[in-house]
Parts: sequence; C-alpha cells; structure tokens
Amino acid sequence: MPAGLLELQDLRFAWPGSAHDCLDIAALQVAAGETVFLHGPSGCGKSTLLSLLAGVLLPQSGRVALGGVHWGDLRASARDRHRVDHVGYIFQQFNLLPYLTALDNVLLPCRFSTRRREAAARNQRSLRDEGQHWLAGMGLDASVWERPAHTLSVGQQQRVAAARALVGQPGLVIADEPTSALDEDRRDIFLDLLLSACDQARSALVLVSHDRRIAQRFGREVSLPQINRAAAAAEGGA
Amino acid sequence: MKAGFLLGLAWRSAWNRRFTLALTVCSIALSTFMLLGMERVRTDLRSSFSSAVSGTDLIVGARTGSTQLLLYAVFHVGAATNNIRWSSVEALQKLRGVAWVVPLSLGDSHQGFPVLGTTPAYFDHFRYGEQQPLTLREGRRFADLYDVVIGAELAERLGYRLGQRITLAHGMGEVQLGGDHADKPFTITGILARTGTPVDRTAHISLEALEAIHVDWTVGAPLPGRRIDAEQARAMDLTPRSVTAALVGLHNRAAVFSVQRQVNGFGAEPLMSILPGVALDELWDVVGAGEKALLLMSGLVALVSMAGLMSVILAGLNERRRELAVLRAVGAGPQHVLALLALEGMLLTLAGIALGIVALVAGVVASNPWLQANFGLTLHLGQTTPLQWLLLAGLLVAGWLASLLPGWRAYRLSLADGLSPRI
Repeated sequence: MPAGLLELQDLRFAWPGSAHDCLDIAALQVAAGETVFLHGPSGCGKSTLLSLLAGVLLPQSGRVALGGVHWGDLRASARDRHRVDHVGYIFQQFNLLPYLTALDNVLLPCRFSTRRREAAARNQRSLRDEGQHWLAGMGLDASVWERPAHTLSVGQQQRVAAARALVGQPGLVIADEPTSALDEDRRDIFLDLLLSACDQARSALVLVSHDRRIAQRFGREVSLPQINRAAAAAEGGA
Repeated sequence: MKAGFLLGLAWRSAWNRRFTLALTVCSIALSTFMLLGMERVRTDLRSSFSSAVSGTDLIVGARTGSTQLLLYAVFHVGAATNNIRWSSVEALQKLRGVAWVVPLSLGDSHQGFPVLGTTPAYFDHFRYGEQQPLTLREGRRFADLYDVVIGAELAERLGYRLGQRITLAHGMGEVQLGGDHADKPFTITGILARTGTPVDRTAHISLEALEAIHVDWTVGAPLPGRRIDAEQARAMDLTPRSVTAALVGLHNRAAVFSVQRQVNGFGAEPLMSILPGVALDELWDVVGAGEKALLLMSGLVALVSMAGLMSVILAGLNERRRELAVLRAVGAGPQHVLALLALEGMLLTLAGIALGIVALVAGVVASNPWLQANFGLTLHLGQTTPLQWLLLAGLLVAGWLASLLPGWRAYRLSLADGLSPRI
C-alpha cells in the first residue's frame, strides 16, 4: 500500500469529563487523491473524527498524521499553519463570512497560508483568477463572484465554500455533511461538481454524511460504527 | 503581512453589525462628551472666575463677609448692607502707600444688567485676567454727565450701538420694583471689548450721573411732587455722599498688609478690606466641592459606558462564534481572532471618542452664546488641559481593555469550538 496522505493508528479519544471513549479506531488511511465516504448515524462521532483528522482535536493516545506530520508533534500555532496549508474544510452550512464577496471568501485561505498562495501562483494565474477559476469550476456564474455572501442562496454558498476549500489545491478536503441543507437535485449537482473539482485539484476528499444514497460516487466507503471499537463496546455493554 | 488585511476584515465585520455597534459608539461618545465637557467647564469656570479681577491690591467696603464684599464689588451679585462715606474714600486716597482708589457704586440696573457708577480712573486701573486693561471696542469713555459705557455682552444681547439712548432702572433684577429713571436718559458713548468677566455685563456711568438720577429720590422712591429734570440736575452739586466699595492699588505690593491694617482700623467708620486673590480662592473652595462631584459623576458615566461596550461585544459574541469558526477553518489562528476583536474594540473606542469630541465642539459652539449670556462663562475649545489629555488617554485605554475581555473569551471559545461551533 502506498504511503497514505492521511494515516491514523490506534486512536483513542474521549471528551474531557467523559468516562467512555468516544472514538477507538485501530487504523484508517486515506491515499493522496482518494475520495472517501464516511458515514454513520447522527451522534456516532463523525464530526469528532473530522476534527481529529484536521488536527483541531488531539487524541489521548495514538497517531494521526497528515502528509507524514503527526498533529500531536506540532504546537498549536504550527497545527493551525499545517492545517490551512494542507486542508480545505467545508461545513454543513454557514461556511462564509456574510460581509465578504464570494470571491473574497474563496481567497481567505490564501490570506493566511503562504503555501496555498504560492500553489495558486504556480498555475500562472493571479490570485483573483485562481479564485475565479475554482468558482467557475463549482459551476458558479461570474455574476455572483462579486456579490456579498449573504445575498447568495444556500446552494450557492455551499459551492463557494467548496471553491474555497479547493483554492491553492490542498492535499485534503474535508466536508462535514455539505449536502444536508440541499434538496436532492442540488445535492447531486453539488457532488458532481465537488468530485470533479477535487479530481482536478488532485486533492483527496473525506466527506461525511448520514445519507448512504450518495456512497457509490466515492472511491471508498467507510462506516464509522464498524471501525469504531468504542461504539461496538458501548453496544456490547448495552 | 496580515495587519492590513485583518484591519479591513475587522472594519467590514464591524460594518456588518453597524446598528448594534452604533449604540456602543454613541455611549462611548456620550462619556467622552461628558468627561471632556465637564473638564472644560470646570477649567473655564475657574479661569473666568479667577480672572474677574487682577491688578487690584485691596477691595474696601463696609464691614461684611469677605466673600460677600467680593461678590458685590467684583461680580455685581447681591447687595451691600452698608455703604461707605465719600469722606472715607477721600481718606483712603491719602493713606501712605496708596497709589489709586477707584470708587464703585452699585444698585441700579438696565434690563437686568447691573449699572456701575465709578470714576474715569476705573478704565485706567481696572485689570482682569493676566493684568489686562479694559479697552474700548468702539467710542470713548464717559465724559458728559449722561454718558454710559457698556460691556460687550450687554451691547450684543440688547443689540445696542453707539449713540443709542437708554434709561436706567432703580434696583437690581429684571423685575423693576422701584421704578425707573426715564426722565434722565443716557447716551451710549462707548462699548468695551469683551473680557469674559462681569465687566461685559455692566453699564458704566460716572458717580456724578448716579447722583444726578437720584437727586429727586429718597429711600428708594421718587420724592412726590418734586421733579428735577435732566438739565436742572446738571447745575446741582453732584458730589456723591457715599459709594458701595472701592478698589485700591498700592505703589508697592509689599505694603498690602500694613494698608489693610490701617483700613480695618479706620476711625471714622467701620471698614474692611480684602485681598482679591485670597477672597477668590475662598469663594472657589465653596464652589469647588460641586465641581469635584461633577467630575466624579462624569467618571461614573464613563465607567458605565465602558461596561456597556463590554456587554455589547460579549452579547454579540455568540452570534459571532460561527464567523470566528469560519475564520479558524480558513487558517486564522487564535491570535488572529484575538487581534480582530482587539482591533474592533479599538476602532469602536476611537470612533466613539471622535464622535464625542465632534459633539463637544458642536455643543460648545452652539451653547457658548447662551452660557455667556446666562452665566458669563465662555468655553475655550482651543485650550486643552493636561487632565483632558489624561482623560482621553484613559478613555482609549479603558475602551480597549473593555474590548479585550470579550476578545479573550472569544479566543477561549474558538479554541474550545474548534472548527464546528456548538450553537
């Protein structure tokens, strides 16, 4: 198996003050450019796992490494830097700063990450062109690029968020229930655009959802309850 | 790299919440207005107060309280219980060390403005502020019996010009109890330049004129059946019989206590003399307690508005958790979040202070005529005091600190929330 982009080993995580582990995962790997569909029922710890993958939370024991760098080896500020350099993040909703234009929202990671800014420059485009490229890649018309984010529809906002996650081509895009606010048609269009954009950016995608109908679009499907030994233990105990 | 970007972001974020923040800015503006305004009023009150008379070594009057003597001799407020005889004034002149004596006679008024009977020497010797002499803006001193020289404020308020004829009323106050001296009108021959002292509100006539308008009066009322017209009065002996008080200047200030002793032990009638500076300080001590209370009050207003600033930012924090989480997700570190909130606090405080200063300038410009007319007080915007700068700096620091606390909380929240705020 090739060296993974994202490697997780013997991870155990419990929320502070909680007697039980929330997550207990033996191993999980994501290769560069791979698309992974992570599913599980509500409250099974999907968002917590994403926070661990993005180095927002640190596990009590075990390793989570992104691009060969173990999150736990970095200080808080270095984690912030490593995250913005290598991870694009899409939330369920409310992804954007409402007072910035769509384009300014897309360019935010380039303001904080030199690496993402330089990656954009390598495409021999100006920063704005790069932002517009990904907006167009997510099927957004030029007429909305300069509009304030709060005037956009929810579907448009999610596309802007996806463009922002991809700008500067980070190795990993994490999407936390990005389609839950969209109806079925828009969900399918959004996923088509997102998957082809990730392919173009050569970014791996880890997408979390409880909606298994979309699973077949992904390279791999992972069920969190199946790999989470803590959930099995809780169920066995019950 | 990001300082400019963060500033722009802070500005746009604040603009997005401008209606809530406007309230905070207004409350900071109010406390700036209160603090600086109070300090301005206090300073100018004190300086206009202590500049009311200078260059006079002693004020002499009948025995009374020193504050009372100061009030009627300098501020033309209140009334003397007793007058001093003209012979005493003449005797004062002959005391060793006395350079000049300017008698003052009060008791009449014109439309509520006090009338002062004095000698032409008044214009030579009276000083105010930093030893500044009186100057005539227009016209000349009184020369004829029925000439009057008016102060700048009086001229402005009543719209008087040179050559206009006015009549004086008996007694003080706008309600004329006694009656008037309509039979002996005065001609305005001079208008004094503004001094910012009670002189501005005073009509000056000669002692003889004051005598003339009262020749056919006795104990505060016209003598029935006896009318002496203005021209007849000219022929009479108009040497005053008594005056209210006298300003005394010495050849050598060092002699002031010896002259004071001589006056206080004057044989012919009971007199007292006061040092104007000492009496002014005594009077200010009485007024000063209120002034400190005002300063304390405006300090409390500032405190309340800082608490308001803090609570508005704190209350807004929950709705901003998403915004902060988005920023964290796109790579902003907690230090950026903290910087953003501190910048916002600084912007708010600066805007509030600027607004407060603008309001103060506008307020002072608008209210100066009214203050001058009603209180004889002119506020000087240009003259800043060290305390004013200190207050400004204090407001800035306090406002900024008040915004740091919510900033710190946001920092903690954004650390705890990670990338997905639990709202």
